Amino acid sequence: MTEAVFFYTFTVLMLVSAGFVVLSRQPIYSVLSLLAVMFCLASLFVMLGAYVLAALQVLLYAGAVLVLFLFVIMLLNLEPERLARMRLFTLRSVGTAAAALFAFLLSQVFELPAGEPPLERVPAASGSIESVGRLLFTKYLIPFELTSFLILAAVIGAVTLGRRSPDE
Amino acid sequence: MITVTHYLIASVLLFSIGLIGILTRRNVLMILLCIEIMFNAANLMFVAYARGWADVGGQIVVFFIITVAAAEVTVGLAIAILLSRQLHTLNADEVSRLKW
Repeated sequence: MTEAVFFYTFTVLMLVSAGFVVLSRQPIYSVLSLLAVMFCLASLFVMLGAYVLAALQVLLYAGAVLVLFLFVIMLLNLEPERLARMRLFTLRSVGTAAAALFAFLLSQVFELPAGEPPLERVPAASGSIESVGRLLFTKYLIPFELTSFLILAAVIGAVTLGRRSPDE
Repeated sequence: MITVTHYLIASVLLFSIGLIGILTRRNVLMILLCIEIMFNAANLMFVAYARGWADVGGQIVVFFIITVAAAEVTVGLAIAILLSRQLHTLNADEVSRLKW
């Protein structure tokens, strides 16, 4: 019962905030709504037993990625989006129809067999820092090391792109 | 009772909201934000299945997705800054040439 209350609270809050992200005209409000989405998602992760991921979600997404977004938006000094009225209407209706169709198809795909046990009878996959860390440094060691190359490439790429050329 | 399917449906809805955003917004920054929403919907699905099958491997995948998303956002925002500096626009429709 308690679980259902928390699940619906966080899910509804998450979906409404995500709707605000999409609909808001000012980018800064979108970023702040996305922050609410991240926190709701972190609480859903906790309910699913993924404690480490919930912490990472708050630290990495809410802490790092969204702050980066905020910096860039304030740096660029954006005005609200301008669009021709007709074009906006077409885009919105087509986009909404496509996404609704997509959601319908996905829900058909994920139709699970009836009689699925409720979550409290499923053994919790232990998402403690010990089990995740153990798996990360044994079975998934090579992908884990490869992410360091990826991040290095991203850093070099970002610095190269963001640097002003000397003749400017 | 809350089952894994509930989480999957929440994830599908979140993914569709992100898809609506990508298809309707023209600002490059907004498109990046909506991509983040879709990444997170995928993350929620991985964690839900990790719980449903009692396998921590799903959570490891989410760990890698978060890392890749952080790298993607860094480069994407650098490109956005470059666009506004060189073309003075962030509208995805106006950025249509490969070379100028």
